[in-house]
Amino acid sequence: MSEVAMTTDAPTAADPSVPVLEARDVQRHYQISRGLFKPALTLRAVAGASFTLLPGRTLAVVGESGCGKSTLARMMAMIEPPTAGQLTIDGSKVVGADKETLQQLRPKVQMVFQDPYGSLNPRKQVGRILEEPLEINTDLGAKERADAARVMIAKVGLRPEHYNRYPHMFSGGQRQRIAIARALMLRPKVVIADEPVSALDVSIRAQVLNLLMDLQVEYNLAYLFISHDLSVVRHIADDVMVMYLGRPIEQGSKPAIFARPVHPYTQALLAATPSTDPEARSRRLTVKGELPSPIDPPSGCAFHKRCPFATAECSVERPELRPVAGREVACHHAERVLASG
Amino acid sequence: MARISAPLLDIRNLSVEFQTHRGPFRAVDGIDLTLESGELLGVVGESGSGKSVTMLAVMGLIAWPGKVKADRMTFDGIDLLALSPRARRKIVGKDIAMIFQEPMTSLNPCFTVGFQIMEALKAHEGGSRAERRRRTIELLEQVGIPAAESRLSAFPHQLSGGMCQRVMIAMAIACNPRLLIADEPTTALDVTIQAQILDLLVSLQRERGMGLVLITHDMGVVAETAQRVSVMYASQQVEEQPVDSLFANPHHPYTAALLQALPERSEEHLRLNTIPGMVPGIGDRPVGCVFHPRCAYADERCRAERPLLAPLPENPDPAKLVRCHYPLIGGQPSVRPDPHRSNPYRPESNHPASAEVRP
Repeated sequence: MSEVAMTTDAPTAADPSVPVLEARDVQRHYQISRGLFKPALTLRAVAGASFTLLPGRTLAVVGESGCGKSTLARMMAMIEPPTAGQLTIDGSKVVGADKETLQQLRPKVQMVFQDPYGSLNPRKQVGRILEEPLEINTDLGAKERADAARVMIAKVGLRPEHYNRYPHMFSGGQRQRIAIARALMLRPKVVIADEPVSALDVSIRAQVLNLLMDLQVEYNLAYLFISHDLSVVRHIADDVMVMYLGRPIEQGSKPAIFARPVHPYTQALLAATPSTDPEARSRRLTVKGELPSPIDPPSGCAFHKRCPFATAECSVERPELRPVAGREVACHHAERVLASG
Repeated sequence: MARISAPLLDIRNLSVEFQTHRGPFRAVDGIDLTLESGELLGVVGESGSGKSVTMLAVMGLIAWPGKVKADRMTFDGIDLLALSPRARRKIVGKDIAMIFQEPMTSLNPCFTVGFQIMEALKAHEGGSRAERRRRTIELLEQVGIPAAESRLSAFPHQLSGGMCQRVMIAMAIACNPRLLIADEPTTALDVTIQAQILDLLVSLQRERGMGLVLITHDMGVVAETAQRVSVMYASQQVEEQPVDSLFANPHHPYTAALLQALPERSEEHLRLNTIPGMVPGIGDRPVGCVFHPRCAYADERCRAERPLLAPLPENPDPAKLVRCHYPLIGGQPSVRPDPHRSNPYRPESNHPASAEVRP
């Protein structure tokens, strides 16, 4: 408990090779009560994920609903503590840290949520929404807070008169701009974006993605970008982590994974994503069946029941992540899958 | 079998109007659609473009005080506008069926899925209980539900989203419809399940020779499934083309801009092309062409005169329609000779400010 590494408050000049966030085998379990006389079940929402976030880089977490990507985001944003594993943010350990350390760490990681209609308080004006984080976390005066909010309003492409308006007066795209502005008010080092553009139309989605990319360069932000839309991920990510049933099954640099997906599930995901380009359409490798329940995951490899390459070994032994063709893959038959092309 | 002469669905100049506190609002404005049996038409557009309302009007599901007007709206030669409610009920659910976006909320949570499918069969086909049960099991097997017989007694909350959507499809095809309308059937589903459901819909459509209208906002989905695509923007149809030529050579500036805004069509990590401004709302539909405030090529004529949905001026093809004064050809606006104007086309004239701002 006493191993809390305190870092200096002075913002260090961001060294591009020093990770701002490091997760080592983080896990999050939930107890599911089945009534008074039955033992509770354990749901492993995230059953162990390791990765690092570097300043100015984007790690995309990809997977279907129920694979644990939102739980992962909540842990990284310190909304929920990990059940097990180590989480280091900007050099300080989060697990086991005291209240004061956590308070200092929280402003460094901020979050943008999926639904811009639900994530803004309808009773507050935009200016108040943006000033609230400063009010809680800094000792700036009212005038300084208002100035900071006005600067941020301009930064995200809204107009000065929007300061006094309420969220319902804005369109979905504009609301997401407000949500992004709010996340940046405390000058975080890490922004966790949980499906930030899924609720937006194509033309507005492009505007918000451009804004996110511009702000990343300007503030040297590390993004943890959660999405199920692979065309968006392909556009903005540097690294990709594909999750299935609480575990990463393939992770590595984006060019490697998109050029040559190795895990059969990654291949299926890529093949299932509809494309407007007839050339880019690969043969439809549709996986059968659905995502199994995380309460009662299949034995061995969680994907074996849907996998065209599965053998007896897959149902017994769970594959660990291992380096294959320039990325990490959790598959017993990665070489065979690669060879089959 | 459908008669060869009349198209399965024929709509001319359909409009749907709702009363709002700011006066009447046209949610659908002058839509023309034709669909033959065995054809798969994609209707794409952003939210609020009127794509769902168009199809609800076909189903007769626009409730008072919404007003549906059309010069012609026929299904297999039957005038849908002149139909009595009683006669309409005989067609809707039997010959025309619809699948909705949210499978979880479109099923009744209080009844088993078996009951809900059998209900449709009872209303339209009759037959004995045992026959209906047999047919329901057959339908569930057809849409790929494993252990169909045991699923008859399942309630919707016991099934996943993909399974619920399969049940919805089973219900829609229960009475062998000749026209199936699928309104965003896969939007609420994950990509691998989406691929399964789309494959199922397309194979059912081919097997049965149904007409299928697929409403979606996902350009990738239409590109992979539809034969012909109609693009909607702000209550109007702006373009209609066969699928391959639409994606290769869009003629309306809106379609072109929408395709350019797709991440997959641009260089990785670079800024995406965007459409300046935003979709007009209820109170601010522009005069003239609905797209002119956001169009890079708009001029005086676009601001004053509403273009018609028409074939291209040069080598007109009845399959390719566009609602634009200066349709794009190979990415460049064509210049239509206009005797009344001295300078018909000024490029980039008064390009609107690129702020996304509602007045």
